[in-house]
Amino acid sequence: MPVERLLKDDATEEKGERARMASFVGAMAIADLVKTTLGPKGMDKILQSTGRGRNITVTNDGATILKSLHIDNPAAKVLVDISKVQDDEVGDGTTSVVVLAGELLREAEKLVSMKIHPMTIIAGYRMAVECARDALLRKAMDNKQDSEKFRSDLMNIAMTTLSSKILSQDKEYFAKLAVDAVLRLKGSTNLEAIQILKKPGGSLGDSFLDEGFILDKKIGIGQPKRIENANILVANTAMDTDKVKIYGARVRVDSMSKVAEIEAAEKQKMREKVQKIIAHGINCFINRQLIYNFPEELFADAGILAIEHADFEGIERLALVTGGEIASTFDNPESVKLGHCKLIEEIMIGEDKLIKFSGVEMGQACTIVLRGASAHVLDEAERSLHDALCVLTQTVADSRVLLGGGWPEMLMAKEVDELARKTPGKRSHAIDAFSRALQAIPTIIADNAGLDSAELVSQLRAEHHKEGSNAGIDVITGGVGDMQKLGISESFKVKQAVLLSATEAAEMILRVDEIITCAPRRREDRM
Amino acid sequence: MALAFDEYGRPFIILKEQERKSRLRGLDAQKANIAAGRAVARILRTSLGPKGMDKMLQSPDGDVIITNDGATILEQMDVDNQIAKLMVELSRSQDYEIGDGTTGVVVMAGSLLEQAEKLLERGIHPLRVAEGYEVASRIAFDHLEKISQKFEFGPDNIEPLVQTCMTTLSSKIVNRCKRALAEIAVKAVLAVADLERKDVNLDLIKVEGKVGGKLEDTELIYGIVVDKDMSHPQMPKRIEDANIAILTCPFEPPKPKTKHKVDIDTVEKFQTLREQERKYFDDMVQKCKDVGATLVICQWGFDDEANHLLMHRNLPAVRWVGGVELELIAIATGGRIVPRFQELSPEKLGRAGIVREKSFGTTKDRMLYIEQCANSRAVTIFIRGGNKMMIEETKRSLHDALCVARNLIRNNSIVYGGGSAEISCSVAVEAAADRHPGVEQYAIRSFAEALDAIPLALAENSGLPPIDTLTAVKAQQIKENNPFCGIDCNDVGTNDMKEQNVFETLIGKQQQILLATQVVKMILKIDDVISPSEY
Repeated sequence: MPVERLLKDDATEEKGERARMASFVGAMAIADLVKTTLGPKGMDKILQSTGRGRNITVTNDGATILKSLHIDNPAAKVLVDISKVQDDEVGDGTTSVVVLAGELLREAEKLVSMKIHPMTIIAGYRMAVECARDALLRKAMDNKQDSEKFRSDLMNIAMTTLSSKILSQDKEYFAKLAVDAVLRLKGSTNLEAIQILKKPGGSLGDSFLDEGFILDKKIGIGQPKRIENANILVANTAMDTDKVKIYGARVRVDSMSKVAEIEAAEKQKMREKVQKIIAHGINCFINRQLIYNFPEELFADAGILAIEHADFEGIERLALVTGGEIASTFDNPESVKLGHCKLIEEIMIGEDKLIKFSGVEMGQACTIVLRGASAHVLDEAERSLHDALCVLTQTVADSRVLLGGGWPEMLMAKEVDELARKTPGKRSHAIDAFSRALQAIPTIIADNAGLDSAELVSQLRAEHHKEGSNAGIDVITGGVGDMQKLGISESFKVKQAVLLSATEAAEMILRVDEIITCAPRRREDRM
Repeated sequence: MALAFDEYGRPFIILKEQERKSRLRGLDAQKANIAAGRAVARILRTSLGPKGMDKMLQSPDGDVIITNDGATILEQMDVDNQIAKLMVELSRSQDYEIGDGTTGVVVMAGSLLEQAEKLLERGIHPLRVAEGYEVASRIAFDHLEKISQKFEFGPDNIEPLVQTCMTTLSSKIVNRCKRALAEIAVKAVLAVADLERKDVNLDLIKVEGKVGGKLEDTELIYGIVVDKDMSHPQMPKRIEDANIAILTCPFEPPKPKTKHKVDIDTVEKFQTLREQERKYFDDMVQKCKDVGATLVICQWGFDDEANHLLMHRNLPAVRWVGGVELELIAIATGGRIVPRFQELSPEKLGRAGIVREKSFGTTKDRMLYIEQCANSRAVTIFIRGGNKMMIEETKRSLHDALCVARNLIRNNSIVYGGGSAEISCSVAVEAAADRHPGVEQYAIRSFAEALDAIPLALAENSGLPPIDTLTAVKAQQIKENNPFCGIDCNDVGTNDMKEQNVFETLIGKQQQILLATQVVKMILKIDDVISPSEY
């Protein structure tokens, strides 16, 4: 007897094979979508937002593309999620992780149609992923001790990362920028100290790294434009009218003269506050909130540079960079730590005036000023640079590196292949499939570069059967090349994260045998 | 539809808007209900056991959940049918009471309903079926007690507990590192357990997750992890031997609840008020400093000025800490929650060996670790995983494992898993049926058959031929008189669950049988369904 209406009206339920098909198809569609962006010759996508203005983004960053999509298929959402996590965690490899997961599912689909139970496939995948990870661990190189070599590793990684992005024309230049910036951090992974400023105009090649800190603000009128040996007070305090914070306080007067008196008292209060601030012995005062005309005038009189409305981030960075503390009370001038810098000056980039702090106490901070023809180019350049910076900081934290250009995938594929031969039982099919999925990545890279992928990958595989091969795809010449000589490297941490999260996601999707979609929540009609 | 007619055949109006309602009665009603119940059970059937599959659920808001936890699936399914809702309730009550076996109980109930349907078709009155089931469930209940074993463990010997938790975890997606997670769960439970009173307050175990990293990085922290950071970016990130003031009052000027107004009408008043305000902030911070606090944890926000004063006096502070977390911190550090600054005193401070801020990944995610607390009875399990769904599923799985460990501490009797207990009960109930006179005999026999549904589903999900396997195991149990034979789901090579170390708690199993029987009885007793029809 059929059951009527077990679930709510609009809910749908898909079972068994159908459910599996739905999730495979969804996941593979997502993987195919971003597939063409993979590798140095990958293409970009234009994304148009549905919001007002129909803003356009041009990108080939996997995470950015997927984030902007509105997806209904639940399995596809899993892939979007792993790409997002990859972005948060290591910053790069956001496309690879989705493509690998998609390939794993594509292989799994074939196995399922051969009547192999998904659980068996999962068991095989798990064995394969362990084996692949071991292979990576064995082959990873660590040059932490040798600072010269480590630097060249970093350069190589940065160039490899950037070569697939819009910055590839000037990749050497930008790689150097990024490496310099990251090495200044001295091992901390705090990317906040690296500020990226975007100024339209000029060409990408005009971008530069500045050793100081640049604040996108103007100096108050009538105040000095250049200060040497500055003592800086970084503050977060109200410099308009200092309100009485006690609840319920209000001014009630009975005559005009009283109003004038209180106004005078208020002015006096502000004057005292400014006096107190000046008593710190400073020549530069930076506030998070607005500074009204009256106090600004007072500061100008005292020859102090006052900068208003530096937002939260600016203030925190400034405090970090100059070594001062963020002050909100000014009663004990002797114990407040002031920030210092050698020189504050107003500079021009393009048409905009900016304030530059150079010779700061903490050498960690720096600013990268990006120049470019349009806002879209700048946005994409920022994303690319951000990827490179993330990868570099992660590499500084975990200094193991691998070669690039499909080398790690082929290496893992070879090890996994061998494991498959040794494993008895149905699981070996799954392990085989895993190896095929790994080989799909160099295939896609070659395809995107317009090369003969079948030929190349088989050559590559033959190369890899020799012990200690460094062979990978050389996209420039269109053949198999020595990755070590070409200087193409990738971070071990990124590759490992790609491998593990892609497998985890594929496993999750494989385990599903039923999809229940609830009825969409109805918007309440208030009519 | 009509309930009653007068002598001319015209219907009496008894129900409000009678003509708009649809009605099912008699055998039809029972059959419809049974079908609904079975439909729910059928959904969960494939999730049973170590090789069970997951379900993907898309919530009304479009979020995706992937799980194989019975209670979660049913809760998220958003069922509309009344009887299906009863099944959801059933799974939920198993979850509240025991925490594990939420899938099993529904499958059990479904199979009881299936058997009942056959009996109804033979013309046996539903109530007689219900009574028969009741008798049978009591037999099964007692039999479980008989085949159960006590097992010994102590703070030093946690191995048996770990094994049990591993059985629970092996059916979840996290079974890749079930050993590590089982150990975490057992250690966490033992840390907060009161072994004297045999009680565990699971509220003391906080389960916190953060996306990123690998599942293997999941760790147990003897202390509290709070998803907050220091209120001022320049406060120290690491405090040793912290004396913690736990406050529920904001560092802001007081806001009396009675309405009032402070009128400023002269310059003097304006100035005194200003002075007052300044002093007020100063006093608050000084008060904390005076009692010797080296860390302030506050439920509310800080004013900018207060924040700087705190920073200035070298008093690190954390703001906007949630109420539950605040309580846990208070328990862990042995401090008291202080509602007013005036009531601060040195003995009300909590103590912790180390408080540190840790950052994750490339985005600025920071968490505050409070460790080596004075009273280590509050612990945190900190889960890492590849994506959000993975973490949510790990949380649910760990919850199950924690519940199992707790149940074992409450009552250390176990039965063996892999369907062995059900098969053994089935044999016992079958034997008892023959001695029972009356129509109930049929019902009792059906009950025995229904018990077989769980091993059958286990075998089916593991890719074994279900009937062959079940009959073989059953025969073996009777021949060897060994109630520990079950389905070999993992292809280990032995049927003996004792050797495979697959246990379940006795109370969990007993509860499953009782709850399933109760719900089935309730469904069988319904013979009239009146529902408002669609319009």
